[in-house]
Amino acid sequence: MPSYVIPDKCDGCKALDKTACQYICPNDLMVLNKETMKAYNQDPMMCWECYSCVKICPNQAIEVRGYQDFVPMGASVTAMRSSEDIMWTVQFRDKNIRPKRFKFPIRRGVPEGQANPFGLYPTGDDDIKSPTLMSEPASLNGKGPVTFDKVPTL
Amino acid sequence: MADFQTVVVETDLLICGGGMAACGAAVEASYWAKKHGLKVTLVDKAAMDRSGAVAMGLSAINQYVDLNSGNNTVKDYCDYVRNDLMGITREDLVASIARHVDSTVHLFEKWGLPIWKDENGNYVHEGRWQLMINGESYKVIVAEAAKNALAEAGGQYFERVFITHPLMDGNKCVGAIGFSVRENKVYVFKAKATLAAMGGAVHVFKPRSTGEGFGRSWYPPFNSGASAFFTIYAGAEMTCQEVRFIPVRFKDAYGPVGAWFLLFKSIATNAYGEDYMKTNAAELEKWAPYGKVKPTPANIRNWLMMLDVMDGKSPIYMQTADAIKRIAESAPDEKAAQKKLKELEAEAWEDFLDMTISQAILWAAHNVEPEKKPSEIMACDPYFIGSHSGASGAWVSGPEDLQTPATKDEYFWGYTNMTTVDGLFAAGDASGASSHKFSSGSFTEGRIAGKSAIAYILDHNQAPNVDQGQVEALKAEILKPLDTFEKFKGATTDPEVNPHYIRPKQFMFRLQKLMDEYAGGVSAQFKTNDKLLERALELLAFLKEDSANLAAQNLHELMRAWECVHRMYQAEAHVRSVLFREETRWPGYYFRADKPQMDNENWLAFCNCKYDRNTGEWTMIKRPVKYITQ
Ligand SMILES: Cc1cc2nc3c(=O)[nH]c(=O)nc-3n(C[C@H](O)[C@H](O)[C@H](O)COP(=O)(O)OP(=O)(O)OC[C@H]3O[C@@H](n4cnc5c(N)ncnc54)[C@H](O)[C@@H]3O)c2cc1C
Ligand code: SF4
Ligand code: SF4
Repeated sequence: MPSYVIPDKCDGCKALDKTACQYICPNDLMVLNKETMKAYNQDPMMCWECYSCVKICPNQAIEVRGYQDFVPMGASVTAMRSSEDIMWTVQFRDKNIRPKRFKFPIRRGVPEGQANPFGLYPTGDDDIKSPTLMSEPASLNGKGPVTFDKVPTL
Repeated sequence: MADFQTVVVETDLLICGGGMAACGAAVEASYWAKKHGLKVTLVDKAAMDRSGAVAMGLSAINQYVDLNSGNNTVKDYCDYVRNDLMGITREDLVASIARHVDSTVHLFEKWGLPIWKDENGNYVHEGRWQLMINGESYKVIVAEAAKNALAEAGGQYFERVFITHPLMDGNKCVGAIGFSVRENKVYVFKAKATLAAMGGAVHVFKPRSTGEGFGRSWYPPFNSGASAFFTIYAGAEMTCQEVRFIPVRFKDAYGPVGAWFLLFKSIATNAYGEDYMKTNAAELEKWAPYGKVKPTPANIRNWLMMLDVMDGKSPIYMQTADAIKRIAESAPDEKAAQKKLKELEAEAWEDFLDMTISQAILWAAHNVEPEKKPSEIMACDPYFIGSHSGASGAWVSGPEDLQTPATKDEYFWGYTNMTTVDGLFAAGDASGASSHKFSSGSFTEGRIAGKSAIAYILDHNQAPNVDQGQVEALKAEILKPLDTFEKFKGATTDPEVNPHYIRPKQFMFRLQKLMDEYAGGVSAQFKTNDKLLERALELLAFLKEDSANLAAQNLHELMRAWECVHRMYQAEAHVRSVLFREETRWPGYYFRADKPQMDNENWLAFCNCKYDRNTGEWTMIKRPVKYITQ
């Protein structure tokens, strides 16, 4: 489905400089109703159920209800994302099936904001016309029997 | 005219889009731009952290050639792609990406992307070319590296600015124009070189769900043909516009099947338990030599399944329970088997949760536990996506060092990934005939194009000549849907129904209906013929005329209006190319009923096309396929 907003939990992101869900939705669907100061999905039919808005909401005010034109009612998938991992809870329509919980890492070894684009490997030649990209050939070498001292060709 | 401020941004390199290819370009171009004192600017219609096809995350990196292991060569990858695309492939472009892609994946890992490792510290392969990842934050991490690169090199990025058109100086692209979807501003970007990397096109064809699940396409509904329009309008030669992609996925929510087929070695059967890859194997001969290679090309796998669907043997099932049972049974004892089962279960659910959460909801709503019962699979609707298993995009130059004497004249014109328009580059879904780049290869191609564009700027370091008359005319055209709405909204009591204009949503439905029925969409079982296609062109001509009457109530709808126009051009390029190629070559993608066979003698060739924005005329061009590895 479409994402939906729980009115009691949404505070319109008053404390932030921008409305988080509106900022993030890749399809420009979440909007803030300036009168009620609550967000809503302005066109549920165009929602990809990507959960970007769910994951970013500081108040866990957004959930997703399966598309009603093909999904039976009563199941849910909820997400809680922290800076290192994401927790999922899957509730079945049949309440006799035990809900499933999964926790997966989302990044490893590099704190948020610290991805270093240039400094990780030396760049072999400084020729703007050569096929050598930034960090090559060093970055081509992982584990294995072959080492590359230049960009491979056929 | 609606009162909009015009913001002018001057830059050396302009990157249109903020997805995988654009982020790759931002990183690489920033590195070289910093050395040479140039400026890079990126512009995305959404927020880079979650824009494009990887917004939700992914559970696999689909292109890792693993050259370093000694197991695979660049040529092996070319062979795989050429066969999958039934021979229609620019090997120079495929090789160009394949030789660099491992470097990209190693950078991703260093930026914090968790790639699965086995007990010896080696990457876990899903299949020969695929690596398993915990990819929920794949796009967030990649965007972070791109933003950091831009910041280090003094570049800039704009979010929520929707690019509509290229700015042209004769046959040279001198930037782009678009508008903010947040404030009343038109943006004019003047650039010495421009990269189109705005993804593929979805919702050109009617999706299977037309109610609330309309947006649940496999590829995202926000990839709306901007790259295709941008390059077509600029006058760039386009290629493989007939090669759409129809993935087979879990039915309705379109969850991925890769892990099931490749990692869990599952099979799919028809409703009566028959493995259609076996029972329909005789059909493979017909599409030889490609039908006979291993792995069977994606479109041929589709085709064998569709044959059973057309024979009335649906539903088609992925036999998940059998696959899981088989793996668990191979464990040494009961305890190990139990543990393995738990692991597999988590892996199966993560596969969805990382990239198609809807499928997890659907499974839960159907009370599916994959270890207990099978699940339906089905072909989705057609998408235009040059980076995956389709091939549509702009015709771009390959690198000089990968040409042979026989290919050089055809495939090389100075700057890798430059289109036939000066200063206009393309990568990812935007560039054609180089399929199977996926996320990692798209990022890599962005890097290649980014470096190449900086080289172009250094050789052509003149200020872009942007004609103010052109800017003013485009500004008026871009804002027209707002004016149209204002002018006529009072003519009826319901703004939805008004004889003076057409709202973007109805426009999209009309485009989808005609493509679906005439150009071989879902309801036509992916079949068409010359007469249907000619009729499609007649109907498209009416639609094109009516596009002048699109109306938009606000900025969001103005974006929808332009998305519609972009899709319409993608549609026309497609119809013309399917008509031009007088054969059926990818039976599982589309079937020309009037030309039901593959014709290698006449059509082992690229179908290219070109649009003239001044006359509105299209030219079709047949180009030779020349291999570099054989
Ligand atoms: C469900 C799914 C599963 C996939 N599975 C895998 C997988 O397992 N492994 C793998 O490697 N690959 C996978 N892929 C493929 C991969 O995501 C794509 O190949 C890749 O993202 C293409 O990169 P791109 O830069 O061309 O487009 P995208 O990454 O889609 O980026 C397009 C960008 O253009 C922007 N844009 C669009 N229009 C405009 C406009 N008018 N103005 C400004 N900006 C605009 C968008 O906001 C976005 O930033 C999958 C894709 C999907 C959808
Ligand atoms: S992010 Fe959450 S709290 Fe903020 S406006 Fe959206 S729904 Fe409300
Ligand atoms: S789920 Fe995704 S597409 Fe739907 S509103 Fe949220 S962010 Fe937008």
